[in-house]
Amino acid sequence: MKPIRIVFFAALAGFLLPAALPLTRVANGGPLPQDAAKPCGTITVAAASDLTYAMNDVVANFEKATGCMVRVSLGSSGNFLTQIENGAPFDVFFSADIEYPKKLETDGLAAPGSTYFYAVGKIVLWTRKDSGVALGKGLDALRDPSVKKIAIANPQHAPYGRAAEEALRRSGVYEAVKDRLVLGENISQAAQFVESGNADVGIVALSLVVSPKMKEEGRAQAIPENLYTPMQQGAVVIRASANSQAARQFLDYVKMPATAAVLERYGFVLPGKGKP
Amino acid sequence: MNWEAIALSLELAVAVAGILLVVGLPIAYWVTFSHWRWKFLVEAVVALPLVLPPTVLGYYILAGLGPRHFAGRIWQSWFGHTLPFTFGGLLVASVLYSLPFAVQPISAGLESVDRRLIEASWTLGASPLVTFFRVILPLSAAGAVTGLVLSFAHTIGEFGVVLMVGGNIPGVTRTVSIDIYDQVQAANYDVANRTALVLLLFSFLVLAVIYGTNRRALALWRRF
Repeated sequence: MKPIRIVFFAALAGFLLPAALPLTRVANGGPLPQDAAKPCGTITVAAASDLTYAMNDVVANFEKATGCMVRVSLGSSGNFLTQIENGAPFDVFFSADIEYPKKLETDGLAAPGSTYFYAVGKIVLWTRKDSGVALGKGLDALRDPSVKKIAIANPQHAPYGRAAEEALRRSGVYEAVKDRLVLGENISQAAQFVESGNADVGIVALSLVVSPKMKEEGRAQAIPENLYTPMQQGAVVIRASANSQAARQFLDYVKMPATAAVLERYGFVLPGKGKP
Repeated sequence: MNWEAIALSLELAVAVAGILLVVGLPIAYWVTFSHWRWKFLVEAVVALPLVLPPTVLGYYILAGLGPRHFAGRIWQSWFGHTLPFTFGGLLVASVLYSLPFAVQPISAGLESVDRRLIEASWTLGASPLVTFFRVILPLSAAGAVTGLVLSFAHTIGEFGVVLMVGGNIPGVTRTVSIDIYDQVQAANYDVANRTALVLLLFSFLVLAVIYGTNRRALALWRRF
């Protein structure tokens, strides 16, 4: 019953919305009048879920400074890439892998030249404070048979998952632990698997576990940076953006030192600042 | 194409349909024939999954039955592990989530049985159990078959709960719906396309065969 109803309403919306939109525009007489009254309006930002906490701060500051409204969608970067390729109405895309924004630019789906390398992401081992996992041993701690489930993001479409798998392979523990991996749909879900205690330990984004909320819950152990390809994060303005002016304004705001400082506070390494 | 995921989904759906037939029959029987005045409360509980989003069930399984909670710790001490990320976990979630899809058609079937035939069976000395298996069940078989098919189909089509509590382990919790999702996310459209097509044809075939034979069985039954 339910799927039928969903299909019915989706089809109905699919037919009615495109039909209704031109009508409202004609009724308003050309360009939308509220644009004149409020120069900024609302933008929708698709953000990789390693920004779950950091983006809140950035957006709050931006809204206060400009009066613009920002809606944030969180998910895996691969998911957003697919959605944008299929016409998702996002204005700005923050990807945990800069290759995705570059690909959108190449494919003509992002504003030419707008890709901005905003930070480098880091992965860490993370476990609950009350767990007995010996994090001090680094990735070798995962070999311990008492570690039953290890959460990572899905390497198929989440950049953090790819980095985690790479680190496991390069450190030589992958074969020993691969049957104990559980895959989060994005890095936030992988962290949640650990936070809820359902997985014993996880390889998650540093930017998530330094947030005040997660900091209280668990302890982290850095993973040596030579074990995985640096995770360059990139943002881009989507070409089909209905409010590209505000979209560019937001991206410019992200480039400012004050915003960079926020990102740095969440464990991101700023471009040019990391160790080589 | 990921045959492992297809096989896993089939395995899960067959197990869920089987369990729900066994569990659903007594519940449906009770719901249909009981005169208890608070019966509607039980009916409401059975129908809950029709209304609730899968995320609610997923949340309770992750948080409520996780190792940090009382119920989860009891479960862990009985079975040695918690529910998420296991085939058993998907089984429990799917049985709960498909319960109304089994109970409601079975109950509708039972309701359609002529009360006089049931009472006749009783007055002829048949026990309620004998009456159930020799009179009520044959007369309401169509409802039971529909319940079986719907719970099977609903489990094949399940996605939200599995995404939340499955952990995407190949051969254990990566069902075909999750596999298609992953392929789409990774922009492997041709793989997603093939799996989706196989699933579409298979589902249509199963439903067509069962509805077709179901009708013939009913027609046969009426002739005698």
